Amino acid sequence: MNEQNNIKMLTGNYAAAYAVKLSRVEVISAYPITPQTSIIEKLSEFVERGELNARFIRVESEHSAMASLIGAASVGARTYTATSAQGLLYMGEVVWWAAGARLPIVMGVVTRALAPPWSIWTDHTDILSFRDSGWIILFASNAQEVLDLTIQAFKIAENEKILLPVAVTWDAFVVSHTLEPVSIPEQRIIDEFLEKKRPQPHALNVDEPFSLGNITFPSDYMELRRSIDRAMKYAKEIIVSVDKEFGEKIGRKYGGLIEEYFINDADILIITLGVIGEEAKEAVDRLRKEDLRVGLIRLRSIRPFPSEILSKYCCDKKLCIVIERSVSFGGGGVILNDVLSTFYRYNVETPTIGYIAGLGGREVSVEDIVGMVSEACGRLKDGKLPNEPLWYGVKIGERYE
Amino acid sequence: MSNYFIPPISKPSIGSLGKTGSWRSLYPKLQLDKCTSCGLCWLYCPEGVIEIIDDKPRIDYDFCKGCGICADVCPVKAIEMVREGE
Repeated sequence: MNEQNNIKMLTGNYAAAYAVKLSRVEVISAYPITPQTSIIEKLSEFVERGELNARFIRVESEHSAMASLIGAASVGARTYTATSAQGLLYMGEVVWWAAGARLPIVMGVVTRALAPPWSIWTDHTDILSFRDSGWIILFASNAQEVLDLTIQAFKIAENEKILLPVAVTWDAFVVSHTLEPVSIPEQRIIDEFLEKKRPQPHALNVDEPFSLGNITFPSDYMELRRSIDRAMKYAKEIIVSVDKEFGEKIGRKYGGLIEEYFINDADILIITLGVIGEEAKEAVDRLRKEDLRVGLIRLRSIRPFPSEILSKYCCDKKLCIVIERSVSFGGGGVILNDVLSTFYRYNVETPTIGYIAGLGGREVSVEDIVGMVSEACGRLKDGKLPNEPLWYGVKIGERYE
Repeated sequence: MSNYFIPPISKPSIGSLGKTGSWRSLYPKLQLDKCTSCGLCWLYCPEGVIEIIDDKPRIDYDFCKGCGICADVCPVKAIEMVREGE
């Protein structure tokens, strides 16, 4: 425990900037986009004032932001960028490159709905469209967690058995622009937790030249892809152990791949992610007062997906309810699909209902979550389990026919 | 190197993919009597298959892919691109 923690009122975005400063990032490159902008504004302030000894590369697009970090990371620098929605999609090609080249870049993604129709509010479909890119994808649910998880992300990414980029994500405005009291650890303690970046084993070196990402023939490509999959699976252990070590040194622990809330005696489990996970805790409290034994699993890691722990906790429940802020058009819910395929592969037979809610920043309140749980319980009782996810709170009527 | 981490790196070596000269459809034909030994062909060759020996270029046809850059940059037209087999 560290009693000298300095508490500041920070938005989620400023919390990310403080984390980057504490992590002694060496190269930052980013292009502004709502709602990410205030992260890089704060970072440029830190660099300008000499509080952070980093190169800040100004670029003309997100594609160039990631491309310049790929260059910097290829020679062994600790690097950071941040983006949202359209910016992330524009960055797309090199997002995959960063993972394939095994570069431990950390990126903040302030989740925002994709256009058209134009929207600046939260929705997870932007980052989840990079689900299969080889990036480790972590979700924070409040400003404090944004700070803590961003610092942890460097330690996870730079692990020599992992060496994969990490995206730390949080919801637009509800987290990114809302002031919360945030405890800022001392630099000395973070320096102990996160050692100075050493060049990775495949850092480019002029004395012993080689090429990175050159053409690879069908005889070798699969082996390289499998090594990413293995690193991703190994990352499950490291995400948990880094969370534990952070807890011991700094005093805050979240649970690694998932955060648990009243799950042991629960009959019904809510599975959700991001800021809905915060509202869901209140909903659990409220439903428990009505003698409904509800618990919550807040997913903190989407890649790697916490299949083992999820199936372990869900196998003896009466009902699981997945609430997500994302959709795979014509294919169900992105998170629901992962949960259901996990259940099938791990022989979990718990009835599961998925809800698509809160797209485009529509509020998902405590009442909404209570409403979903009540409706799902009714369906279970009546034996009317849907084959497809349900769209929660969608208006019907003349205008929307 | 563990099987968790196989980086996509490759080290330069001669002919690791076989003799790439077989990819060629046109080959650079040298006319050494016109050559002024300026060295531009040697400088521009993207494959590094031109050597200067006794002040004159020599092309390694085992690895020349026939791109024609040497012929293009030659100021005295001492290199002509000729279809293979002609």
